[in-house]
Amino acid sequence: MKKHVQQLGVAIGVIGLSFASTSIVAEPVDDKLIIDDEIEMISRAKAPEGHPLPEVISGWHYRTPETRAIETDTFQNPGMLGVEQGEEIWNTVEGSEGKSCASCHDDAATSMKGVGAAYPKWDEDSSKPINIEGRINKCRVENMGAEAYKFDKGGQKPLTAYIKHQSLGMPVELDLSQGEMQSWWDQGKETYYKRTGQLNLSCASCHEQNNGKYIRADHLSQGNVNGFPTYRLKQNKLISLHNRFRGCIRDTRAEFPAAFSDTLMGLEVYTTWRGTGLSVETPAVRQ
Amino acid sequence: MKTITNALSLVCVGLLASTTVLAADVAPNDVKFDGLSVNESLTGAAGDPDSGRKIFSNRKQGNCLACHANSDMNDQLFHGEVGPSLDGVAGRWQEPQLRTILVNAKAVFTEQTVMPGFYTLEVGADVREDLIGKTILSAQQVEDLVAYLMTLK
Repeated sequence: MKKHVQQLGVAIGVIGLSFASTSIVAEPVDDKLIIDDEIEMISRAKAPEGHPLPEVISGWHYRTPETRAIETDTFQNPGMLGVEQGEEIWNTVEGSEGKSCASCHDDAATSMKGVGAAYPKWDEDSSKPINIEGRINKCRVENMGAEAYKFDKGGQKPLTAYIKHQSLGMPVELDLSQGEMQSWWDQGKETYYKRTGQLNLSCASCHEQNNGKYIRADHLSQGNVNGFPTYRLKQNKLISLHNRFRGCIRDTRAEFPAAFSDTLMGLEVYTTWRGTGLSVETPAVRQ
Repeated sequence: MKTITNALSLVCVGLLASTTVLAADVAPNDVKFDGLSVNESLTGAAGDPDSGRKIFSNRKQGNCLACHANSDMNDQLFHGEVGPSLDGVAGRWQEPQLRTILVNAKAVFTEQTVMPGFYTLEVGADVREDLIGKTILSAQQVEDLVAYLMTLK
């Protein structure tokens, strides 16, 4: 047995060495995210109290120079087409009440500023947290007399991106003192550390324990959500947060929860909190 | 000597491949752990290192390269770095220990490791329905990988 333990020690030593030798390549890149030479983004921030990592880092730092460059230029950023589409929807009358979003909220640049940095919020009516997608649907049904968008359908992604984009550059900060937000945070944390699937991995397995390292060609980030909906180059479209949650869980070879289910709403509250202090990047550009 | 052994195991596998007697495999729940060792082959025979080499890089099988660098595969781009490099792994571990790590890495590295267990039913929650009761690799594939890893000296 002693021999085994020694060998284990050697093996762990080797692990340490091999990480040390690659860590120069694997570090999140030291660079500044400035959009259109104007908006200085907070892409690294001191972690909030109780966060397991010392610093929260935007996924932007983990991407290739080409991908990073695209996000710095709103003309190049293909996610901005979705934002423009969202602006059209904002101004389009829909539903039995003959209203558009703009009918009540006027100019989104003013009325929606800060919204993307503070959601999910507590919703008294449902006694649950509500995200921007949920708030849009609530407005459509209760105020516009229109149908709720189905997950990722209709104008859900572009309108969400447009609303979040009004907070571009503003630091994410949730108010966990509202309603029962804290217990949803707790539940989200449990989901974050729950190992799922045949591969037996949790969110933390990759994004906390191994961020900064490569899985094949993929540079693992901290999995912060400040840039959603995010333009993913390999999928050539805006990808919603709950779509990404489901994709990650699916990749552990597990059954995955429904979009906007209690499980994923808790996870949205918790992962949004983990990115506290980072600028809203919507629409971020990723690989 | 090494060549003779390799050649011998190749012959064995040639025989096995044509017969593939699954009933002779040790079932995942019946694997005998002796400390950090699983001493006996899961198939009762030696694995095929050439097949193991393919399983190592195949993304739908072992996909070991996703997390481990391996100089023997320098023809392939993008070696992972989540786990240690496997260069010289046969000099650091004995065959029964490598088998244990492949079967269920948590038996050696504790629950902390992110390495999946490739021949265990001790898996995560909410396993995809069609994969319930199934292991990531077959007994034969594990033995092939063991044989391959033992060539990395």
